[in-house]
Amino acid sequence: MRKLLLYLIIITTGIVFIARLFYLQIYNTSYASLSEDNAIKVIYDYPQRGAIYDRDGKLLVTNQPSYDVMVIPRELKPFDTLEFCSILNITKEKLKKRLKKARVYSPRVPSIVIPQLTKDEYAYLQEKMRKFDGFYIQKRSLREYQTTGAANVLGYIGEVNDALIRKDPYYLSGDLIGIGGVEKQYEKELRGIKGVKRIQKDRFNRDIGPYKNGKFDTLPVNGKDLTLTLDSKLQAYGQKLMENKRGGIVVLEPASGEILALVTAPTYKPELLVGRKRSPNFTKLVYDTIGKPLYDRGLKGEYPPGSPFKTINALIGLQENVIDVKEGISCRMGYYYGKNGRKLGCHSHRSPLSMIPGIANSCNAYFATVYRRIIEKYDTPQKGIDTWREHVQSFGLGNYLGYDLPTGKRGKVPTSEYYNKIYQYPTYKWYATATLSNSIGQGEVIATPIQLANMTAAIANRGFYYTPHIIKNVNGKPIENENYTTPKVTTIDKEHFEPVIEGMHQVYTQGTALSLQVEGIEICGKTGTAENFTKINGKRTQLTDHSVFIAFAPKDNPKIAIAVFIENGYWGSRYAGKIASLMIEKHINGTISRTDLEKWLLTHSLEEEYAKQYSGEPFKINQ
Amino acid sequence: MAKSSIAAIDWITVLLFIALVGFGWGNIYSSSYDNEAFSLTDFSHAYVRQAYWILFSIVLIIITQAVEVKFYERFAGLIYVISLLSLLGLFVFGKTISGATSWYQLGPASIQPSEFAKACTALALAKFLSDMQTNINLLGHQVRAFLIIAIPAIIIIPQPDPGSALVYAAFFFPLYREGLAAIYLIVGAAAAILFVLTLLYSPVFVVIGALLFLIGFLISKSIYTHRERKSKIHLTTGLSISILIVLYFILNIESIVTKLGILSHIINLTIISLLIIAIGFFIGLLSKKKSSERQKIRYSRFILVFIVITGFCFSVNYIFNNVFEQRHRDRFNIVLGKEVDSKGIGYNTNQSEIAIGSGGWTGKGWKEGTQTKGGFVPEQSTDYIFSTVGEEWGFLGATLIIILFVLLLIRLIHLAERQKSQFSRVYGYSVIGILFIHFAINIGMVTGLMPTIGIPLPFFSYGGSGLWGFTILLFIFIKLDSNRVNEW
Repeated sequence: MRKLLLYLIIITTGIVFIARLFYLQIYNTSYASLSEDNAIKVIYDYPQRGAIYDRDGKLLVTNQPSYDVMVIPRELKPFDTLEFCSILNITKEKLKKRLKKARVYSPRVPSIVIPQLTKDEYAYLQEKMRKFDGFYIQKRSLREYQTTGAANVLGYIGEVNDALIRKDPYYLSGDLIGIGGVEKQYEKELRGIKGVKRIQKDRFNRDIGPYKNGKFDTLPVNGKDLTLTLDSKLQAYGQKLMENKRGGIVVLEPASGEILALVTAPTYKPELLVGRKRSPNFTKLVYDTIGKPLYDRGLKGEYPPGSPFKTINALIGLQENVIDVKEGISCRMGYYYGKNGRKLGCHSHRSPLSMIPGIANSCNAYFATVYRRIIEKYDTPQKGIDTWREHVQSFGLGNYLGYDLPTGKRGKVPTSEYYNKIYQYPTYKWYATATLSNSIGQGEVIATPIQLANMTAAIANRGFYYTPHIIKNVNGKPIENENYTTPKVTTIDKEHFEPVIEGMHQVYTQGTALSLQVEGIEICGKTGTAENFTKINGKRTQLTDHSVFIAFAPKDNPKIAIAVFIENGYWGSRYAGKIASLMIEKHINGTISRTDLEKWLLTHSLEEEYAKQYSGEPFKINQ
Repeated sequence: MAKSSIAAIDWITVLLFIALVGFGWGNIYSSSYDNEAFSLTDFSHAYVRQAYWILFSIVLIIITQAVEVKFYERFAGLIYVISLLSLLGLFVFGKTISGATSWYQLGPASIQPSEFAKACTALALAKFLSDMQTNINLLGHQVRAFLIIAIPAIIIIPQPDPGSALVYAAFFFPLYREGLAAIYLIVGAAAAILFVLTLLYSPVFVVIGALLFLIGFLISKSIYTHRERKSKIHLTTGLSISILIVLYFILNIESIVTKLGILSHIINLTIISLLIIAIGFFIGLLSKKKSSERQKIRYSRFILVFIVITGFCFSVNYIFNNVFEQRHRDRFNIVLGKEVDSKGIGYNTNQSEIAIGSGGWTGKGWKEGTQTKGGFVPEQSTDYIFSTVGEEWGFLGATLIIILFVLLLIRLIHLAERQKSQFSRVYGYSVIGILFIHFAINIGMVTGLMPTIGIPLPFFSYGGSGLWGFTILLFIFIKLDSNRVNEW
């Protein structure tokens, strides 16, 4: 009985299928005629890619038409290759290679033979195209840049690669996709959705109208326009100041976390990566392994933060209640510790100093004392380091910030495990003094410029920050991403910020940035000078210090927070401080009153300094 | 000394296999050649690759025949574990092709382990069921058999390849043959039907349909107690079902639908409701359990069944809409043919139907299919290969293929029944189940009878892994069968 049922199921299925075939093939005659005129050509309707504006509504990126020569390998008929090659100005070998590649991709699906012709080339070719069966021309749009700056932010578009085509069925060979920056991050918003049209043809390959009255057609959905938080004037000014230097500037609006400027130097003009020039230019940029123009130093440059980090240690000291604002700490050209009288050097200044002048004068001994007290407050240095680390991390250091640009680095804030490992705990013990260089932002702490700018914004806000972001509006609608609209709170209580901010203010009124005041603007800042090393022929060699500066202004109700990092710029106020001060003036006043300072920066180059380590000769640093 | 020779091989099965593979390759050739000269060295053509894969499958056949029969039985567990590991490995080393991470990249070729896992699972199930201590009527053993079947399916689903996972339903064949109570089949089939219907339509409709069905069932049960009228009732319900079906088809002829307008929908709904009640009624009549004293219990049981169905439908709906993410939903929608993509709803099936329909009695001739040539049917050399048969060989050719498959399956049942060892028989029925499910789903999909579920047509579709998987599956059974004279 059971056996019988299985026979029954199988035979019934067979009969049902045969009946269905009978219905489809014999009974219903409409299919035969349908197939007669069922040659369908699929045409994709590419939507306009969204435009990109800056925060003031200035158009930065728009589109220009371009034309691709496409091929459907299966429809190819023998043709005059010589003429074809001469019209398109390519070699026969290249054409053969492209056609072979197209056939491997698919004999039926169109592939690009020659991408991105200009309007003129297209006009000439269009007339002759009908001679070549199997080829046709597809219109697409390329990017057109109305700005020469911000290439690192905007990114670029290019043909989608094969790996991605396999992963995401939306993309077809030859489609354009955002590859870097905003173009990549907001690809889905910018690209829109392409439409599909099916044109029915008869047996003689003549169009006879839309297939099934357009039942299966879809309309293209245009890409959305993006408004960035970027201030293109400030961005351009920053790029101008950074010429002949290497490093990054990150400018944030503390009250919102909006990125006002994100400068990396050296950089390139975005129009270099458009259309057919993209490939050779891109190769050139990639092969510049010394200047690394494609490397966004504002986001990816990892440097020791140097003295600006002292402000964080001051705040933690107050929060952990290990120091009083008024307590003076003496400094004898440095901080002495350990059995053998080891020393963390300092420069000459009056002594003892309390917190506010301590910050203004950037006294190493002061912060070494505070840091040591923080760590030693706890039973074990492990516990101390981890508590300290928690505070530091609440400023967005030591991990990806979560901003909306597709590149970045974590930076580093060391854990107790890290020290356990390098000091081989528990075989050997280690103490707060072994990690003392953290006190002045010089040891294991590493941060990217955008992390420093964000940290500055958190100080300016007195204890919270918004995750930095570049997107302001999508199609005119403000962003609703909670990550960018809810504040992240630090572990430091609000009242502890005032003395630190006062200290940063005095950096300008009487401290290390005395010469960089801007009339009418109350700036708070902190200079930094970060030692750094490289390997030359496998030998660890010290290079000229990095010049670091963080600042925000005005002191009350801050409008701008900035971090500047100049590689090998020597001391904080020498390059970074000057650039920061000009950027602040530019943003708040709109004009520059100190033209001398501006001129000094525009005429001073660090190229010579950078050349030193590649010269192969011995060189001196910090000159 | 075991007497296993070439002569003991069942050549009828082998010939059917050769016919299917050969005819399949001819159709792959037709759907993938282009105007260039025939060449067996240009690997960019699908037909060239398939030719080499067929050649290699001969090697596989020789290996399966060379191996001692005892090997399959003894190492079934190990083979099963290895195949599970190969499936799990995909999550780490897998390569994604058109959205599914189901392949290993080995040099230039891609291997799809799920195609081989079927044969491995069949061996493991055969080994378990043929164990002296296994009693399929014990709940614990049922659960274990079920786990052997379900584990590979569960690993395959999130790749995502729900089509391949669905194939594991095939193992109900051997389970049923070995004496699993029929209620499992009924519940399983009902759950599958409800699942698909719920996703295709709204759960409310499905629940109403189920209610109507149950009412019909109940009424019939009540009436059944008056036995003397039973044959008349049988006849009347049977007749009314036929009349309703005929009515339904007449009403849905295009000219009538357009004439009636919205009224046709109302009439349709009424007819379908009546039909559901009548079918429920009829099944109720056929079912043999009857006892008027237990009517009360029966009512409460039916209410319970109804509650279970309602809960099932709504939870399927809820999980689908609220727990799944959009990408999961998209995948199921693709499987169910609900996908809204750039190609438009139902485009594939529509094109496939046109291709088949345009074939007529004898087809357009080999390599002459205009639909096939034009590339209108997507995935034509793989899942939709049958549409090429329909177009180029017509009704006669397509019917021949269906007959060949039915003959193969019937032959295999015959072989399975003559096995003396339970291991061989269970394995044989697993092979039958797997081949049948592939055959039914694939041709059902291509002819537009079923939603789009992408699984290949055995021996026919383009693809090395698929071909090898089916070849190994079948030829292990042929080997087992050729050895039956030695089994006591």
